[in-house]
Amino acid sequence: MNSTECFERFERLERGLIHAAVLVCLPLVASGCARGILDPVGPVAAAEKTILINSTAIMLAIIVPTMIATVAVAWWFRRGNRKADYRPDWEYSGAIELVVWAIPALTVMLLGGITWIGSHDLEPSKPLVSKIAPLKVDVVSLDWKWLFIYPDQGVATVNQLVVPAGTPVSFRLTSATVWNVFWVPQMGTMIYAMPRMTTRLNLQADRQGSFDGLSAHFSGDGFPGMQFKVQSMPADQFAMWAQGARGSGLKLDGAGYAELEKPSSYVKPMTYGSVAPNLFDAIVANKVPPNPVPLPLHNPPAPPAGA
Amino acid sequence: MFGRLTWDAIPFNQPIPLITSLVVILALGGVALWITKIKAWPYLWHEYITSTDHKRLGIMYIALALLMLVRGFADAIMMRAQQSLAIGASQGYLPPEHYNQIFSAHGTIMIFFVAMPFVIGFMNFVVPLQLGVRDVAFPTMNNVSFWLTASGALLVNLSLFLGEFARTGWLAFPPLSEKAFSPGVGVDYYLVALQISGVGTVLTAVNFVTTILKTRAPGMSYLRMPVFCWTSLASCLIMLAAFPVLTVALAELMLDRYLGFHFFTNDGGGNSMLYMNLIWVWGHPEVYILVLPAFGIYSEVAATFSGKPLFGYRSMVFATMVICIVSYCVWLHHFFTMGAGGDINAVFGIASMVIGIPTGVKIYNWLFTMYGGRVRFNVPMYYLIGFMLTFVGGGLTGVLLAIPPVDFIVHNSLFLVAHFHHVIIGGVVFALMAGYTYWFPKAFGFTLDERLGKIVFWCWFIGFHLAFMPLYVLGFWGATRRMQHISDPSWAPWLNVAFVGAAIIGLGIVLTVVQLLYSIKTRDQRRDITGDPWDGRTLEWLTLSPPPHYNFAVLPDVHGEEAYWTRKQTAIKQDQLIDEPDYQPIEMPLSTPVGVICAFFATVCGFAIIWYIWWLAILGLIGAFAVFVWYAWRDEHEHIIPVEEVRANARERRRIRMEHLHELSQST
Repeated sequence: MNSTECFERFERLERGLIHAAVLVCLPLVASGCARGILDPVGPVAAAEKTILINSTAIMLAIIVPTMIATVAVAWWFRRGNRKADYRPDWEYSGAIELVVWAIPALTVMLLGGITWIGSHDLEPSKPLVSKIAPLKVDVVSLDWKWLFIYPDQGVATVNQLVVPAGTPVSFRLTSATVWNVFWVPQMGTMIYAMPRMTTRLNLQADRQGSFDGLSAHFSGDGFPGMQFKVQSMPADQFAMWAQGARGSGLKLDGAGYAELEKPSSYVKPMTYGSVAPNLFDAIVANKVPPNPVPLPLHNPPAPPAGA
Repeated sequence: MFGRLTWDAIPFNQPIPLITSLVVILALGGVALWITKIKAWPYLWHEYITSTDHKRLGIMYIALALLMLVRGFADAIMMRAQQSLAIGASQGYLPPEHYNQIFSAHGTIMIFFVAMPFVIGFMNFVVPLQLGVRDVAFPTMNNVSFWLTASGALLVNLSLFLGEFARTGWLAFPPLSEKAFSPGVGVDYYLVALQISGVGTVLTAVNFVTTILKTRAPGMSYLRMPVFCWTSLASCLIMLAAFPVLTVALAELMLDRYLGFHFFTNDGGGNSMLYMNLIWVWGHPEVYILVLPAFGIYSEVAATFSGKPLFGYRSMVFATMVICIVSYCVWLHHFFTMGAGGDINAVFGIASMVIGIPTGVKIYNWLFTMYGGRVRFNVPMYYLIGFMLTFVGGGLTGVLLAIPPVDFIVHNSLFLVAHFHHVIIGGVVFALMAGYTYWFPKAFGFTLDERLGKIVFWCWFIGFHLAFMPLYVLGFWGATRRMQHISDPSWAPWLNVAFVGAAIIGLGIVLTVVQLLYSIKTRDQRRDITGDPWDGRTLEWLTLSPPPHYNFAVLPDVHGEEAYWTRKQTAIKQDQLIDEPDYQPIEMPLSTPVGVICAFFATVCGFAIIWYIWWLAILGLIGAFAVFVWYAWRDEHEHIIPVEEVRANARERRRIRMEHLHELSQST
């Protein structure tokens, strides 16, 4: 194949590729805009989305011209183009060196500033600024479900986190078995739940509704079923819910916990009307004996029909 | 007698691994029979298996990498198929305990047994030639390194036939990988295989650091070394410092699992965070171990196919060494979501971004290398431009991940999966394919078919974007990684696009094999008589294709940054070669079976440790040690190539080069 043919082919493919990319990507991107982390329901998630979009825009301003220049330079200086100036010994220019070091350095300085401020403002353990006192929730990851203990309300739930809208929620998190990550994409920051350790997280949902939550760190065979729902409701409704739940139904005492910690997956939401005192601290201290019985091989947890 | 090994280890009740095992066994048997039939065993034994020639070892490394690429890709397409099928009420065709093995094996194989041997293969083949020397510093050790790597690859693949592989992900985080949660042999396969291949990798690093620092052609000062040698040096320095940490981390996990220690357990004072630190102190530099030599390949390609020296050579060298050092100061960015405070997160976030500066400089320098050049669009150039367009996007998402508040909402999601495939496929794999095409004629004496090569490029380029751009979107939607089952049916279209992309990459891999076979069949049309098919600039193009065992009849005298280019231009100008030098007999290392025997015993020992067959483990260990004792008592370790042979070959070579130079000087 001679060089002209080669360039024509290159150009043709390039053009086809761009068309295909535009046709495929645009509708998909449009349909995918307002979901997950791009549809924040609280201040933390909103601030993080802003940083995501601003940083992307800053970098695109550098990257898009670079990409265009790459294609343009490669194309203009193709061997077949006799109009292009061939400078076979040109290999250094102090001015260009200065510019090519300066462009990424300045970009990183700008982004570094965003990083420094953002890392401190959005530190997960930092309480959110609010006139309303935060709701305390202790989170325990188990094989393979989430336990939410409300120490002040004296109730607990499994795979369902009920929060009052507009009220900051202050989480303490740990794991009774292996590592997991607590993540409600629409509420913002995710954080690890780790055995024998406590992490802290502060989030808030301003919008009412039901949001998806999940574990974002692989934790074994039942991992994909480790999902939960966040129910965000008005504060008075939350108070009524807590009132109604207290004292009724299941008890999370020693026996109840022993039953709960047996490996299971795709667990339906449950509510406990009472919780053994200091259960969270006992789990962190490893005083509640763990019951690590991995599922027998060839007997995987099945997602319920229609899950 | 046989420890944990019973008939239950063979997956009789699981059709997928069973059928795969049978097909692999039949295929291997068929190849072995074919080799027997054409009586090629003695040739293979003398010229490859026991060879201490860096070029042969390089070829074997790359062959191993391509073979493992097929295995790793099979895992990938099975994962994509499962995620396209197991949505909503459907469970797909892979139960969790099988799916979890597949993604663990995919990561382990692609990093340790595809990317690493591919990169090390190029270092083996290219570095001594570019430095203008006859072999690496320790040729026998080089052979041992290769066979230990192959031993690790063998053990990982053995887990398909016997027992299971780890179901913990490719880094085997405790406590999930502890005996309490993973009692099977899977994690043991992982640990033992990586320990054995890790020894090989460290030995390689020792070998190449020594080679580059201590054995260079006369006149080849540090600042005259080709950039690929610089990036190989940086990569090996990182290997030398990082792989021992991996060895320690895995050894501690082995102590936990085998002897009831409590390094990372939940009880007995164990701390799983310690493993996280150790594994990422290795794990993050590991990506630079892979990507720096890739940058070296792009630098060679950019200069050669633009017909110009590399723009800003010193800047490139400096940028490489900055990356080499800063790569150690960033591992905490894997822990932003583990509860560290604002100061720590910000410092490590900014340190991670700082790596973007020298990397950005490199992009611009390749751009200015093309500027003012005469760019020839051969296959390696396609990969270079494809890389420059793709990699800046991967860099963008990488910097996003380095910003802690952004990492808080995309960590561990499919956004992350898309990011690291973006930089590893767009950065490393494209370079490996470029290098494969670029140096193939040097290794075998004929070029690869260009047309098929370009189709393969488009398969990788389009396939990559289709396979991974949808994962960015799903990451934004809150999709995490390693899901054996997808609950949300609205993800299906994106997952299906990703599957199509993976299938296109698969087509590219198939066509790579087709290209190889077709190129072998039609090799007479594309013979590389001159040894310099691309109008190259570095010393590997000075010698024959394929080069003689001793590479150069006399070590070349280096003047200037572009050793071969300078020499070629002078010769063209004067229309004559340099005066015929005084040829001497050449001493070359003998080939030796010590590597393959040692690796055999290492494999036996490793296998026995995995299955608790202690007598066999001791036997294997003694065997491996005995080989070295036996080797230490050898009487001769070099053979002499007589001066007549050297002179005759060199004169023939000079005649061909002279003809070639005449042609060149007449055409310019």
